[in-house]
Amino acid sequence: MKSNSKLLSAPYTVWMTIFIILPMLLVGYFAFTDKSGSFTLENMLSVGQYSNVFLRSIWLGAVATAISLALGYPLAYIIAKMNAGRQNVMIMLVMLPMWMNFLLRTYAWMTLLEDNGLINSVLAAVGLPRIHMINTAGAVVLGMVYNYIPYMILPLYSVLTKIDQSVIEAAQDLGANSRAVFLKVVVPLSMPGIISGITMVFVPAVSTFIISKMLGGGGNLLIGDLIDMQFLGSAYNPNLGSAVSLVLMVIILICMGIMNQFDDGEEAGGGMLI
Amino acid sequence: MKNTIISLKDITVSYDGEQVLGGFNLDIHDGEFVTLLGPSGCGKTTALRTIAGFIKPDKGDVFFYEKNITNLPPHKREVNTIFQKYALFPHLNVYENIAFGMRLKNRSEKEIKRTVHDMLAKVNLTGYAHRGIGQLSGGQQQRVAIARALANAPKVLLLDEPLGALDLKLRKDMQVELKKLQQETGITFVFVTHDQEEALSMSDTVVVMDGGVIQQIGTPTDIYNEPENAFVADFIGESNILDGVMLEDYSVKFAGHVFRCLDSGFGKNTPVDVVIRPEDIKVVEPNSTLITGDVTSVTFKGVHYEIIVDVGGFKWMIQSTECREAGDRIGLSLTPNDIHVMHKSQYSGRFGDYSTFSDEMGEDIIASDEAALAEAAPAGDAAGRKNASPDASSEDGGQNG
Amino acid sequence: MKKTGARIYTFLIFLFLYAPILVLIVFSFNGSETASRTVWGGFSLRWYQKLFEDRLILEALRNTLFIAAVSAAASTVLGTMAAIGINSLKRLPRRIMMNITNFPMVNPEIVTGVSLMLLFVSAVRLFGGRSLGMGSLVAAHITFCLPYVILSVLPKLRQLDPNLYEAAQDLGCPPVKAFFKVVLPEIMPGIVTGMIMAFTLSIDDFVISYFTSGTTQTLPIYIYSMTRKRISPEINALSTVLFAVIMVLLIVINVRSFQDRGGRQKAEHPEIVQK
Repeated sequence: MKSNSKLLSAPYTVWMTIFIILPMLLVGYFAFTDKSGSFTLENMLSVGQYSNVFLRSIWLGAVATAISLALGYPLAYIIAKMNAGRQNVMIMLVMLPMWMNFLLRTYAWMTLLEDNGLINSVLAAVGLPRIHMINTAGAVVLGMVYNYIPYMILPLYSVLTKIDQSVIEAAQDLGANSRAVFLKVVVPLSMPGIISGITMVFVPAVSTFIISKMLGGGGNLLIGDLIDMQFLGSAYNPNLGSAVSLVLMVIILICMGIMNQFDDGEEAGGGMLI
Repeated sequence: MKNTIISLKDITVSYDGEQVLGGFNLDIHDGEFVTLLGPSGCGKTTALRTIAGFIKPDKGDVFFYEKNITNLPPHKREVNTIFQKYALFPHLNVYENIAFGMRLKNRSEKEIKRTVHDMLAKVNLTGYAHRGIGQLSGGQQQRVAIARALANAPKVLLLDEPLGALDLKLRKDMQVELKKLQQETGITFVFVTHDQEEALSMSDTVVVMDGGVIQQIGTPTDIYNEPENAFVADFIGESNILDGVMLEDYSVKFAGHVFRCLDSGFGKNTPVDVVIRPEDIKVVEPNSTLITGDVTSVTFKGVHYEIIVDVGGFKWMIQSTECREAGDRIGLSLTPNDIHVMHKSQYSGRFGDYSTFSDEMGEDIIASDEAALAEAAPAGDAAGRKNASPDASSEDGGQNG
Repeated sequence: MKKTGARIYTFLIFLFLYAPILVLIVFSFNGSETASRTVWGGFSLRWYQKLFEDRLILEALRNTLFIAAVSAAASTVLGTMAAIGINSLKRLPRRIMMNITNFPMVNPEIVTGVSLMLLFVSAVRLFGGRSLGMGSLVAAHITFCLPYVILSVLPKLRQLDPNLYEAAQDLGCPPVKAFFKVVLPEIMPGIVTGMIMAFTLSIDDFVISYFTSGTTQTLPIYIYSMTRKRISPEINALSTVLFAVIMVLLIVINVRSFQDRGGRQKAEHPEIVQK
């Protein structure tokens, strides 16, 4: 029976070989060849010209991740302390916006942030000066936080609810005040959630290309936009695009490797939250 | 002897290169309540699963009424299993769980209904037919599992530690009920447990296993009174296991003295293990017996006191209704009936506590051994003659009459 | 004091999460002639009317639903089979399989999209055939849905008491039948969750579709082109409709699971259930 069930994963293995492994090899192939198909390092070398784009992406992604953590942790903590029925409602409310297409959500922010958008209209109506918000780096970060904060809250919440109340009581019993309980017990125990939250926000944030296009205007080019331009945009050059993709992947893998150092190597439920 | 219903012949099973059962031979008779008893990892569950058909042995054959069923898949075998955690189907209610096997055999709805209700009555769960599995207590789930298996009218029922998950009180009740059920139905039960008390109180035949090998097969009283080696003696009940030498038939020397015993056929001057059950030892005045020692601790156990006595450096356990104080010097009296002699085995000297010499006392004993040997030489001679008893046994044996 | 603080904080975060959506919804009913996104011109349903007359949108919606249905079905079957296979593997091969499964989930979406585009373009160049479209979209969607199906079925398989499958055989069930009668019902919740996830992920996907669609329009791609070209309150109307559908679905699912729990609790009192 066992040997029969092993065979059941054969179609999947074939599928993943064709649609995951092979495409990745193609990215590698394109990254190291020129248009005629001969080997070259030129693409990889010219990625260096875009180091400012990489730095901007990483910086904005990191800021967005930090803000998401700072805003998301207290909310996850508050929700985890509620009774079970309310927890479910709250978590549903956190997830609900995610069910709306993220283009629409980002579009909504466009209408709010525009120079003659809703926020500025309100400001003008009460006699305050208008603020230029759209097409700034701040707007891009806002868009990232808005779109990805649920990915921070959910893993944090699921870790926080699993913390055994008796562990907290034990800490209190041993003389910890609520500050000490939080810093010495709750935060260390929620570390797996923090790690997976950070990865789940940082990875899409650093590689986004729509948010920057819609909220950042032309002046906030990110890695994603760069790749998009090489494949479907004006600067058609799949070889360079592949090289950029490869570098992006390597950056992400390094970041994840660093994050995993903080983890206990457990399967911390990376994508198991939805 | 009744018919042999199941016969395991020379079964060998290995997992990942590790042998779990080695050359395993067992005959199970019709209508018998057989218990496979042993510590975890001894291969008892593997043996059971081999009978059920979930494990195909690397070597050897399984016979069912003399028919070789080694290659018969589980669903075609006329045996049913009660699993350790019951394995009730959570998506089906009690009724459907019990009806499961019959539905596969395309029994009529009418017959199914009757059988299900009969079975529920038999396990005292009348009225529970339409409950979900999740709403039952552990004991009730256990009963449903039994009803489900019995509804299939198996020739043999295999029970894999079925009472392991129940609390003590419920466990005792279920032991009685299972035994009753077995007697009423006449179905052969093969029961797996690591609980020696459970095995002794329920079974017709107990199979004691360790390391994938049968250590002893026998009735509960045989197993308890006549253990074949130190493992069985230690695993079943409490025991003092001592190093000894069988001087000749009916004469054994241990603890520095020669005792009369009921065992024979070991040959002359054969090293043996001697088992003395703590409840068989009589506490007497120190000057009236051979073995004397100092009480080191006394624990009240309800029906008796457990007294640990230091005799010449190693500790004996005694169960007595008489209370002694720690520090008292007492004598221990034995009758030939209390002494059970076993062959040396791989288990000899393995059981610490109250059974064997500790290393540091070893030299002491050897020294006194030699002294005793010199003394005992004429006595040993005397023991060879009829009616003449060595001093030890004349004194202690005499008490028993 | 502490509680009020927590409440205010929760309220502010939810305000942040929902304000843009509310604004979208409110302005979908805007009657303003200028199609302004910020000036209120009275209540009207004209954008909804326009939405449902928009051929392109309806076409895109049809494509989206078709792709979602096909890729959800295919990835559910493939993924469930794969999960069963992976579950019975030994440790090392299982870890390798799990790493391959996790890869598309941690890999940036844009890279997955680009790599699949390269695959399809190269395939077209090598073997001929039609350029990117429905076929490549479905294949791409199956690919990114598969890991989610596997990861929702696997835990159910691990929780499954292996004795259940044996018990069914023990009672006379042949192995394959035992799987369908006993194992499948037990892992069904995981399969259904996986399928729902695959379906919604497919409907929602933009990034991977964007690179693999060729000229085929799906709803997210159409929305994208709308935000690029002409900005019309039709988008607001569309968002509102989608949001309402999702709300209703979620409420239905929650009410059902609540009833489920209620039913179970009721059954714990024997007097109600016993006949």
